[in-house]
Amino acid sequence: MVIIKDGRAITDEWLHLDDEAAIPPSGQVTVSLLRWHAERTALMARPDPVGLRLEAGDAPDTIADDLQRFPLIVLSFATMADGRLFSLARLLRERFGFAGELRARGDFIVDQIFFLSRVGVDTFEPTEDISPEAVGQAITTFSVLYQAATDEKHPLYRRARR
Amino acid sequence: MYQYDEFDQRIVDERVRQFRDQTARFLAGQLTEDQFRPLRLMNGLYLQRHAPMLRVAIPYGLLSTRQLRMLAHIARTYDRGYGHFTTRQNVQYNWPELNRVPDILADLASVQMHAIQTSGNCIRNVTSDPIAGVAADELEDPRPYCEIIRQWSTFHPEFSYLPRKFKIAVTGAEQDRAAVQVHDIGLRLVRNEAGEVGFAVLVGGGLGRTPIIGETTRPFLAKRDLLSYLEAILRVYNRFGRRDNKYKARIKILLKETGVAAFTTQVEQEWQQIKDHLVLDDTEIERVKAHFTEPPYETLPAELPGAVAQRTESDPAFAAWFRHNTFAHKVPGYRIVFLSLKPPKVPPGDLDHRQMDAIAELADRFSFGEIRVTHNQNMIFADVRASELHALWTELREWGVATPNINKATDIICCPGLDFCSLANASSIPIAEEIYSRLDNFDYLYDLGDLRINISGCMNGCGHHTVGHIGILGVDKKGEEWYQLTLGGSSANEAALGERLGPAIAKPDVADAVTTILKTYVELRAPDESFLQTVRRIGITPFQEQVYGHH
Repeated sequence: MVIIKDGRAITDEWLHLDDEAAIPPSGQVTVSLLRWHAERTALMARPDPVGLRLEAGDAPDTIADDLQRFPLIVLSFATMADGRLFSLARLLRERFGFAGELRARGDFIVDQIFFLSRVGVDTFEPTEDISPEAVGQAITTFSVLYQAATDEKHPLYRRARR
Repeated sequence: MYQYDEFDQRIVDERVRQFRDQTARFLAGQLTEDQFRPLRLMNGLYLQRHAPMLRVAIPYGLLSTRQLRMLAHIARTYDRGYGHFTTRQNVQYNWPELNRVPDILADLASVQMHAIQTSGNCIRNVTSDPIAGVAADELEDPRPYCEIIRQWSTFHPEFSYLPRKFKIAVTGAEQDRAAVQVHDIGLRLVRNEAGEVGFAVLVGGGLGRTPIIGETTRPFLAKRDLLSYLEAILRVYNRFGRRDNKYKARIKILLKETGVAAFTTQVEQEWQQIKDHLVLDDTEIERVKAHFTEPPYETLPAELPGAVAQRTESDPAFAAWFRHNTFAHKVPGYRIVFLSLKPPKVPPGDLDHRQMDAIAELADRFSFGEIRVTHNQNMIFADVRASELHALWTELREWGVATPNINKATDIICCPGLDFCSLANASSIPIAEEIYSRLDNFDYLYDLGDLRINISGCMNGCGHHTVGHIGILGVDKKGEEWYQLTLGGSSANEAALGERLGPAIAKPDVADAVTTILKTYVELRAPDESFLQTVRRIGITPFQEQVYGHH
């Protein structure tokens, strides 16, 4: 799967562990929220970083105190129509101050990248392969942004002379 | 009316480019139907029974004559010469070709129009009082707030993939002509005890399969907090609204299942976190308000000019139109004129391109170049000099838009139904025509007084049947068209959902049943009592006895 970050394709340096898979003694891994809650101590005892995978229904409140430990949070799109992850992304960034990599992964399409980048997603791993150019174009689909969101602190009426 | 600045224009231009690319990718097989669906829907494009249907936004129902001429041009160039004005103040084209839709959008963008978010699971066209700005009972013009909400909701990055569609209506008047109680969010401009003007906020109203009257979550919201409070509601809905069943996905179900108090608390908690970060500035309100200034009214005497008054004596046809299709204006010497899009033998809300051009021409001459589209599927010239009423009437009549039936039993709201819509279970336009044909006697029509008959071809309820004084809902029974009647619904101040009359009625008997209901009303009404008042006083039993007793 192609992953695009900062305008270029990157290789995945993370092992995305299924809930059933054994935790390797070392190496970067991501785990589900469920597993993080269940095996937090063991995961924290490892020498290498742990990332988190969130699904649409996950509540960020329960991990607010842990967020800064994660260099990576993966938002797992089960279906492109499920917009809950857009709210989740904003909450992670704006309410809980998550500053690490926020990666959208799974069933979403290039036309949603504009919205995703506005709510704080910075890395894109859609099911269908995509080029860095296409991601760049998608992010800049619209040059005017009416609303405040993660990317713009203020609405257009505060930013522009109208 | 609101004029786009460079920012607004750039957005619609860029949208055209984006949709041209999306359509090309779909036609080239690079997007699957499943992938293209949400994209085209957010541009108001349905794939229907015969051809695609394109729904164009008319924000809060306001059109300039330049825009109406463009709608005529589109009907002529890309469609079969006509358009259908809807219950949500939009216009629909039933016959465009998919590959030409990007060109239609480009034409629309050239007159500051678009089809953005006219469908799909996102925030839809904001609707309002069709006589906003000229209504005598108005606290404040709601349209600047509609425009502010339009901009806030356009391509909102967080709320473009909601559980389901989301409709917002705003009114500034005492009489609710925007049906705010049956919207996902209804906003009513109100004054609080301190004398400040803000909004009463209703949430969770709606029609469709589960019709519900909205609940007040905040009796008073300061203007500065409008957008942050909307954002709090939408965030709670986006996160917690049901996505497992599309028929239970509207915010009204979330509100019902959560409970009004718990939902209100949830919204309140979310709002407290964001209210100081998203403030609607006074300067922005003033900027938008400056677009909704009054036209240059003349100082005129309040009484009807002698020549016109005399016509109302000597010409019964003009008198009927004057009485039923024109309404008091807040400025002396002016009248609000309704154009009826409900003549006999025409689907309610349809206009052909010649009529659109003619109406634009007349609006330029008689009403400062603006037209309003109502959610009852009619049009309005808001600012007509009383002295010119007869001249205007003469021309409107020629174009078939002066049928004197506003708010009467033949002013029927009707969805396109089985003849056009792929969702419909039953036809609706033929039912409307059949009922209409029984009401060709104007004396009888006027004797019946104000009466709203609403017809939907399926329980999605685009014809707003649940809030019709008489509601008619088409249902499918083993491949046959049957109709469920309700009585006593209303979307005005005393909003109510109609009560079911009884078992569904076969298609050939529907017009008879309606005729019987009307006859029963005439027999049982008290002096000066409207149909709705009679139904509320005596209940539906006497109507049931008459309708079902005969069958």
